[in-house]
Amino acid sequence: MTLLQKQYSVLPGFGLTLGITLFWLSLVVLIPFAVLFGWASQPGIDGFIKTIGHERVIHSLYITFGSSLLAVLINVVFGVITAWVLVRYSFPGKKIVDAFIDLPFALPTAVAGIALTTLYAPNGLLGSLLMPLGIKIAYTPAGIVIALIFISLPFIVRTIQPVLEDLEPELEDAATCLGASRWQIFSRVIFPAIAPALLTGAAMAFARAAGEYGSVIFIAGNIPMVSEITPLLITAKLEQSDYEGATVLAVLMLLISFLVLLLINLIQRWNNKRNGMN
Amino acid sequence: MISLAHTFRSLALAAVAISTFSAAAHARDITLLNVSYDPTRELYQEIDGLFAKEWKDKTGDNLVIKQSHGGSGSQARSVDNGLDADVVTLALAIDINTIARKSKRINADWESKFAHNSTPFTSTIVFLVRKGNPKGIKDWGDLTKPGVQVITPNPKTSGGARWNYLAAYAWTKEQPNATEETAKQYLKDLYSHVPVLDSGARGSTLTFVQRQIGDVLLAWENEAFLAQKELGQGQFDIVVPSLSVLAEPPVAVVDKVVDKRGTREVATAYLNFLYTPEAQRIAIKNFYRPTDPSLAEEAGKLFPALKTVSIADLGGWDAANAKHFADGALFDQIYLKK
Repeated sequence: MTLLQKQYSVLPGFGLTLGITLFWLSLVVLIPFAVLFGWASQPGIDGFIKTIGHERVIHSLYITFGSSLLAVLINVVFGVITAWVLVRYSFPGKKIVDAFIDLPFALPTAVAGIALTTLYAPNGLLGSLLMPLGIKIAYTPAGIVIALIFISLPFIVRTIQPVLEDLEPELEDAATCLGASRWQIFSRVIFPAIAPALLTGAAMAFARAAGEYGSVIFIAGNIPMVSEITPLLITAKLEQSDYEGATVLAVLMLLISFLVLLLINLIQRWNNKRNGMN
Repeated sequence: MISLAHTFRSLALAAVAISTFSAAAHARDITLLNVSYDPTRELYQEIDGLFAKEWKDKTGDNLVIKQSHGGSGSQARSVDNGLDADVVTLALAIDINTIARKSKRINADWESKFAHNSTPFTSTIVFLVRKGNPKGIKDWGDLTKPGVQVITPNPKTSGGARWNYLAAYAWTKEQPNATEETAKQYLKDLYSHVPVLDSGARGSTLTFVQRQIGDVLLAWENEAFLAQKELGQGQFDIVVPSLSVLAEPPVAVVDKVVDKRGTREVATAYLNFLYTPEAQRIAIKNFYRPTDPSLAEEAGKLFPALKTVSIADLGGWDAANAKHFADGALFDQIYLKK
């Protein structure tokens, strides 16, 4: 919470470090974004609305953000379980399992996409098992969700893990002594403690998933109006040398992501207030 | 003594300087960067070696040609945004036009600089079907039969795939009583048989060959031969339709770059070399159709004759782009529900 304090710190070096921070942020983030917005403003408001009003664009936004949301919700459930297991139990090979979590970070996304497609294609290892059940994953919107689950898992596990580690088991013991059931311990003791971290992780995972291109392209099938994501439309526009159109879509995606992140921040703040923190 | 030693030292230095200079004058080291599209890697590797040897024999200079490969459109964008390519060898003329128009690093008259609209070798669009052609696919009309699945990349993200689309369009326009409306209906039908619309040509080849999806792959002839040869010996047949498109992947010298680097002479010689019988034979070996008429017989053994329509017959790239691939144009329309 010290980060939120507004008074000057007794620590020396504030001016210098703030200067470096602002310089670095401008160089790495703000200037590219300014250029992006500059490009996107060229067609004017009418051009902007015309570009985003296309049936295919609207459908792709629905697919992109819808599957990102679904992937994050699934990861919230399984990410918490995974983090829990890694923090609270010890078992042989735990270090290795722990290292596996980071693999989606490290793997080039195109490789992930091709690997997942190989697995889930109708003739693939998993796809061939699902096929007789009438379940098609690769080349359907379900494939997009699978790819997004894969790439966004570490964000959630890695943000909850340290919080769970800091959570003292004594608290749970105390709750047990006071007669709480297991569900009550989870919902009243553990969940409120990890909720802020979980929200942060979910927000990061969502933002990452919405912008994902490399892995989705291989597994989605990319059929317009069915499984076409917005980043693909951006690439299509670039391929037509329509830089303005591409940046308009990029800015639109940024705005939507920004609104979602803002919303999550507000929930976070409300949650903190309700729990009497800060 | 001091002055003698000094003189001696400067003499020695001068000698060293002269010898370095003369060595440099004898054999310069030249590099060329050829920015190309994806499936030409093996083709240019072979041609480059041969040309470097010839250039060395002719001028004594050591020539190294570097290659860069990627999607034709993104390669063009890189050169447009400042990648210092001496020559570009891309999949379609409109990508070179983009460079000529946006950054003007290539002069607008590039197409007239080399023979055959600056296209040293051509290809066409053919069908790759599964062994024995179980669905009996002979021509474009068979692709829209019930139960047939067609694999082709998205023409909006893959420059090369625009040839596939245009081949289908050219065929349907040649049918009796064809109108724009029947053409649109056929294309709508055709693309409703496409279960996976990959973003690039290699992606489509993988979908068809490795994932075993689809009954027919629409492919450049050279890619179809390559898939047959390298990915699945004896697993596929090539079917040549009654009519297809003449795919013309053009070449150009990047004027701004060669003038800056002083490589115009060697870059021009390199592109001219592509038209020589040696280079044309390498092209045949890599399954491209040669433009040298003296090799027609040799090429005829490998490539069946077929009727082709060129991009000029379709009104040129600008017209084709506006009509088919621009936002809201025909390709977008066939995917809308109404």
